[in-house]
Amino acid sequence: MSEESSGLLRRRRRKNSLFTVLLAIPVIIVVFILGHMLGKIFINGVKALNLDFFTKAQKPFGEPGGGIANAIIGSVIVVLLATVISLPIAVLVALYLAENPEKRIAKTLLVVVNALQGLPSIIIGIVIYSWMVVPMKSFSALAGGVALSFIMIPLLTTTIREIFVLVPGSYREAALSLGVPRWRTTVGVILPAALPGILNSTGLGIARIAGETAPLLFTAFGSPYISTALGKPISTLPLIIYEYIKSPYDDWHQKAWGAALLLVCFVLLITVPMNLRKDRSKG
Amino acid sequence: MPSHDILHMELNFPSDHIALSTKNLEVIYADGARAVKGISLSIPKKATTAIIGPSGCGKSTALRAFNRMNELIPGTVTKGEVLFHSRNIYAPSIDPVTVRTNIGMVFQKPNPFPKSIYENIAWAARIHGHKGNCDELVESCLRKAALWDEVKDKLRRSAMSLSGGQQQRLCIARTLALTPEVILMDEPTSALDPLSTASIEELTSELKKDYTIIIVTHNLQQAGRISDMTAFMLLGDLIEYAPTKKLFVNPEDERTERYITGRFG
Ligand SMILES: Nc1ncnc2c1ncn2[C@@H]1O[C@H](COP(=O)(O)OP(=O)(O)O)[C@@H](O)[C@H]1O
Ligand SMILES: [Mg+2]
Repeated sequence: MSEESSGLLRRRRRKNSLFTVLLAIPVIIVVFILGHMLGKIFINGVKALNLDFFTKAQKPFGEPGGGIANAIIGSVIVVLLATVISLPIAVLVALYLAENPEKRIAKTLLVVVNALQGLPSIIIGIVIYSWMVVPMKSFSALAGGVALSFIMIPLLTTTIREIFVLVPGSYREAALSLGVPRWRTTVGVILPAALPGILNSTGLGIARIAGETAPLLFTAFGSPYISTALGKPISTLPLIIYEYIKSPYDDWHQKAWGAALLLVCFVLLITVPMNLRKDRSKG
Repeated sequence: MPSHDILHMELNFPSDHIALSTKNLEVIYADGARAVKGISLSIPKKATTAIIGPSGCGKSTALRAFNRMNELIPGTVTKGEVLFHSRNIYAPSIDPVTVRTNIGMVFQKPNPFPKSIYENIAWAARIHGHKGNCDELVESCLRKAALWDEVKDKLRRSAMSLSGGQQQRLCIARTLALTPEVILMDEPTSALDPLSTASIEELTSELKKDYTIIIVTHNLQQAGRISDMTAFMLLGDLIEYAPTKKLFVNPEDERTERYITGRFG
């Protein structure tokens, strides 16, 4: 009896370890690919980094030297613009959705927001092109920012709505019992309670749109000059990567890798600490 | 109809000793459930009235009807009257905000705001027009809630850092800041340990010198210890309402007797 069961045990153990190994394989593959990718970007990108890279605008077609300062500044402007447009809209819509879950308008709105999230980003580019670039007769940083906000608004709305839903209803109950008007409760208790979560979502939203290329191709369009004008075309990191990697020059290829490294560092800098914080608050 | 009205008459409070009274108070939830089925009673001033009864009998619903808190739950219908200063708080001319600042509420689970201890008290007071410095208000409310000595050195700390019992006393202090006449408490100690429970019970005995307290409790000993009047509810009906001693020693209704001797519910 005991021998029989120990044989069973051994077989079960063997099955167990086999299963562990099977599970480990995809993990190893993923880690390897990710490591290889980051390594490649780092090795190729780091060669491009020097002072000029950060401080000078790009040189005309084929000329060596110069930097990508125009794209760095452009990225900051377009992303900031998109955030400034998206955040207030997303917070208001999310509040509405969270506070009126049973209303038909809210339900419809939620479906629309989710549908927008699945919209291919190139389509957003075309739409904004026809809405803004054509009537204004110019590609512009503004059109780029608006295009990115079409990606950011649905994203932020859904994540921020979840944050509002998680704010305990007991705060609202307490405020009501103190005769505090609903909107004062929202501004004075609900928003502050949700603020850390809102900032977190905004950070992740920024990381997401910072790398978007397609919606900018025919809105922000790109520009070799350092510009801060909202009404003029502007370059961004993804646009300059796209432009440079297509070119036949080694120097530009290297700069494209440098810009990629910069973008990856920026995104990791935002997302890694936030994911760590999320884990800690859970455990 | 059962004999509420007779019991009610027997008590015979002079009307200026009544803080709050109900007439055929009825509460129906959106799903059609009649949680409170027409109760009439008069709550004496500056005394503690306990509402007891088995879980689900409508104690919380009745209590929340006393300051229109059921309006937070969509579709809830309230019928009958709740008279406060001889006016029906459900009359169209009455502002629910005035009702709630005069009739405060403390909840089952301590629910301080995620703000500092100081702000928990000052915030609503400022919204209701308290001008300038709130230091005195905060101190006096915390003293009345027997919390001052424990928190006076950390008023700027988050209320969330307090223990459950301290949080509940802070919630009481927060209610006191609006200078209510009546304080409604819905099982305020059911989430607390025995020591914190004792401190809240002691506090209610102190508070009833200045305020009218209505407390829902599922703990019969607690009702016996701290209340002057006790109302016994069953399935949404008020079965018996009498001075606590009388109700516990010599109940009129056999259902009350069965409940307090632990034979059902
Ligand atoms: N929001 C609600 N919607 C529908 N029914 C409810 C709601 N809240 C309570 N009830 C029902 O009303 C009855 C009384 O509930 P409650 O007042 O909470 O009882 P108690 O406080 O005495 O335990 C119960 O049957 C309960 O299920
Ligand atoms: Mg209850």
